[in-house]
Amino acid sequence: MPLLAVEDLKTYFFTRRGVVKAVDGVSFTLEAGETLALVGESGSGKSVTCLSLVRLVPEPAGRIVGGRILLDGDDLLAKNPRQMRRVRGKQIAMVLQDPMTSLNPGLTIGTQVGEVMRLHQGIRGRSLRERVVDALRRLRISAAESRLGQFPHQFSGGMRQRVSSAIALSCAPRVLIADEPTTSLDVTIQAQYLELLKEVQAAAGVAVILVTHDFGIVAANADRVAVMYAGRIVEMGTTLQVFNNPRHPYTQALLRCLPDVDLKREQLVEIGGQPPDLAALPPGCPFAPRCSERQPICERSLPPAVTVDAGHTAACFLAVATPA
Amino acid sequence: MARYLAGRLAQTLLSMLVVISIVFFLTRLSGNPIHLLLDVNASERDQEILTRHLGLDRPLPVQYLIYVRNICLGDFGTSILTRRPVTEHIWERLPATAELGFVAMALSVLIGVPFGMYSAVRRGTAFDSGARIFAVLGQSMPAFWLGLMLILLFGVILGIFPAGGRGGIEHIILPAFTLGYFTSAAILRLTRSAMLEVLGSDYIKFARLKGLHEQVVLWKHGLKNALLPVVTFAVMLFVQFLGGAVVTETVFAWPGLGRLILESITTRDYPIVQAGVLVLSALYLTGNLCVDLLYSYLNPRIRRAGA
Amino acid sequence: MGGSGRPPSPPALAPAPAQPWRGSLRRLPWFAGAVLATLVFCAVFAPWLASKDPTAGDITTKLIPPIWMERGTMEHPLGTDRFGRDILSRIIHGSRISLLVSIIAIGVAGTLGTALGLIAGYRGGLTDTLLMRMTDIGLSLPTILIAVVMVAVSEPSFRNVVLVIALLLWPRFARQIRGETLAVKEQDFVALAVVAGRSGTWIIARHIFPNVVPTLLVISTLQVGYVILLEGTLGFLGVGVPPPNPAWGLMIADGRGFLATAWWIALFPGLAMLLTVLAVNLMGDWLRDHLDPKLRQAGARVTAATATTAAPIEPAIAEAPARGD
Repeated sequence: MPLLAVEDLKTYFFTRRGVVKAVDGVSFTLEAGETLALVGESGSGKSVTCLSLVRLVPEPAGRIVGGRILLDGDDLLAKNPRQMRRVRGKQIAMVLQDPMTSLNPGLTIGTQVGEVMRLHQGIRGRSLRERVVDALRRLRISAAESRLGQFPHQFSGGMRQRVSSAIALSCAPRVLIADEPTTSLDVTIQAQYLELLKEVQAAAGVAVILVTHDFGIVAANADRVAVMYAGRIVEMGTTLQVFNNPRHPYTQALLRCLPDVDLKREQLVEIGGQPPDLAALPPGCPFAPRCSERQPICERSLPPAVTVDAGHTAACFLAVATPA
Repeated sequence: MARYLAGRLAQTLLSMLVVISIVFFLTRLSGNPIHLLLDVNASERDQEILTRHLGLDRPLPVQYLIYVRNICLGDFGTSILTRRPVTEHIWERLPATAELGFVAMALSVLIGVPFGMYSAVRRGTAFDSGARIFAVLGQSMPAFWLGLMLILLFGVILGIFPAGGRGGIEHIILPAFTLGYFTSAAILRLTRSAMLEVLGSDYIKFARLKGLHEQVVLWKHGLKNALLPVVTFAVMLFVQFLGGAVVTETVFAWPGLGRLILESITTRDYPIVQAGVLVLSALYLTGNLCVDLLYSYLNPRIRRAGA
Repeated sequence: MGGSGRPPSPPALAPAPAQPWRGSLRRLPWFAGAVLATLVFCAVFAPWLASKDPTAGDITTKLIPPIWMERGTMEHPLGTDRFGRDILSRIIHGSRISLLVSIIAIGVAGTLGTALGLIAGYRGGLTDTLLMRMTDIGLSLPTILIAVVMVAVSEPSFRNVVLVIALLLWPRFARQIRGETLAVKEQDFVALAVVAGRSGTWIIARHIFPNVVPTLLVISTLQVGYVILLEGTLGFLGVGVPPPNPAWGLMIADGRGFLATAWWIALFPGLAMLLTVLAVNLMGDWLRDHLDPKLRQAGARVTAATATTAAPIEPAIAEAPARGD
């Protein structure tokens, strides 16, 4: 049994303009200790997928309308708010994109790190202090002891992201969701941070869902990749499979945009056309309007996910003809 | 921090000096105080004696300096009407104003902060709409009219609360609400918008991701940051407050400083008017200063930056 | 409401950022617009609209209740006061006083404040420091108190009321216009004009002033409600426009002694005032949201700079001093 299994997850936003299908039938699994990269343009549903996993989709507009999220076979969508709070931070932790805003400006670092451990592990007083220092040290915060009383604005961006990570990892979660954790960091800091994350991950055996739109990061860090487009996973496989043998035209286009599959920090070069309006999706493949290999069928019906190789799927009619 | 403090202190003192000057020159320019003090039939000699006695024969700048010096020494002169020291009058009335102000302030915070907060948390619900209508009305309501209507409803028609005067708790409810309605509406509005901003922030999301209880998220992670702008703007509300005291005290025959000032304006008892305005302004400016300091305490960025 | 009215992608990950007071109530200021139109109409055509002379009493018709009550008459739809004067006619004529005081006071304060704000913002340096210290002090005074004393001491009259209000109001304009000027000054066309050798006056008049007009309009509207309340308060306290003028505040004060017997005397002018101020405030907020995104932002983000010199701005709180951080 996989550590985490997401089955046909659907998260919709009910707005005045209509129903926005931000996540529409996403399924994937995650094994203990592995890193899965979620890749896609902004608005493709990566972040909403992550928020759905911890059931923090902004209500009342957003709602998880279908699917199952099984953590160790236990359906998270069946849990009540109290049980769910015991999952957040303890079983599934998350690091957000912008370290400048994800720490509370009005509370000290010590308080913010300590409060999770107090909550989930019931540690108080002296030992709490020690554990907080430990947690910060593990993320290479120098002079952690003396920094407990400091406020976030006294830390640099990279340091703040490490503090956030210390908070996320402090209760030894099973799954860590990192939502574009390096997007707002300098290039050098980025690499450092990811290295550190890998180390900590290996030591603690955490499974990581790494959200990014940077293929360089994917190549260097992920075991498997899921490419999202318009609320769906259009292609999924091991990093090698997806990079060496992309089967979905969207993935192919993304990879073509890369100057070099290297650790360079290159933004995805624009693919022609606009990302689709999620409130008014066409009946067929959502990528069809931008697709260079569009067939008549693509505009009529939705392509199902096809297994093109062991553990490699692609949701494209052209992907049917298998071997590479 | 020390520099900031000194600057604020200097500004407060300067503001006080401006108030003193306004009061001095207004009352001096509005006519010869001798005519107010003496009978119309008083002889020329009497007038001269009094003029010299009061120092009114000296040049205006000298008079001004003497006036400022006396105020610094706590000497506000004597009432024209009662011949008692002005300070006595002020001390008599100050507790009533303080009581009213304190209760009204407490009331507006107790209404404004929690309602504003839940209005933000339950955005778009009936509760939110109700709170917003309460707030919008509060910002447009003439306080003196509200006071009268409250008297009409609760005093005359329902007979629950007395229509005026100072006494037990039943006396203070209507005036405190009248005085505090504008402030509570403003605080509600501010708390709501500040809270909305905070609730949309990443650190609130992050706090939820930690698995914290929603109440802990709201009160511990949300409120302190949301209160920052609220506290700042509450400074401005004190303006309304002390001015409002004149109005509210008049409507409810509340024996406070504001009413004393207004009574003394009617009887042309200018020493009392001067002293009353100065005391209220001093209270107001000190309040301003305190809230500013509180703000810099609440905002670690200012506090730490200077430390 | 999250995500409404905005493009659907990316979907709202967090509740929409704080947009204070922009609910359905605020979509279109139709209510405010209607009330204000009525008000202006009343003020302009008062002599034709009001059936009675607002100042002429008639003891035989005193204390008549409103039309729907037992002794009410068609003659006096909202009743009469203790001198037998028609309340409705007085309210209609009273709108002239409220509007005139606001317009003139805001005109004077706006002109003075804008001029000083432009100069302070453009010149900078010592001029700026001095003017802004003055503004800070002006803003830190307890307005109503000072106004009451000033008018009382200088004899209540229409002119004095207007002057005193204007005197207390100008710092609000100066503060915001200065902030705006600082922002405009940074723009390229100003630099070009400087390079072209234009004089400071020319640049202020041709380049900066036109760019601060939206702000000026918003502040002005936001101050109207405040001025009407202040004028009413002065009237109520007996230091406003003197009787027998039908100022609303004065009318309410008249009704004070008759709460138990003739409540309508105080009720109706108060309602008129409440409606007017409400309408102006709603309109001001709407204008601010649509004309001046900068002011809207400022309301939510309070910085250290604004904290030290917090400007008293009521009734529209979200209007924060737009100073450089």
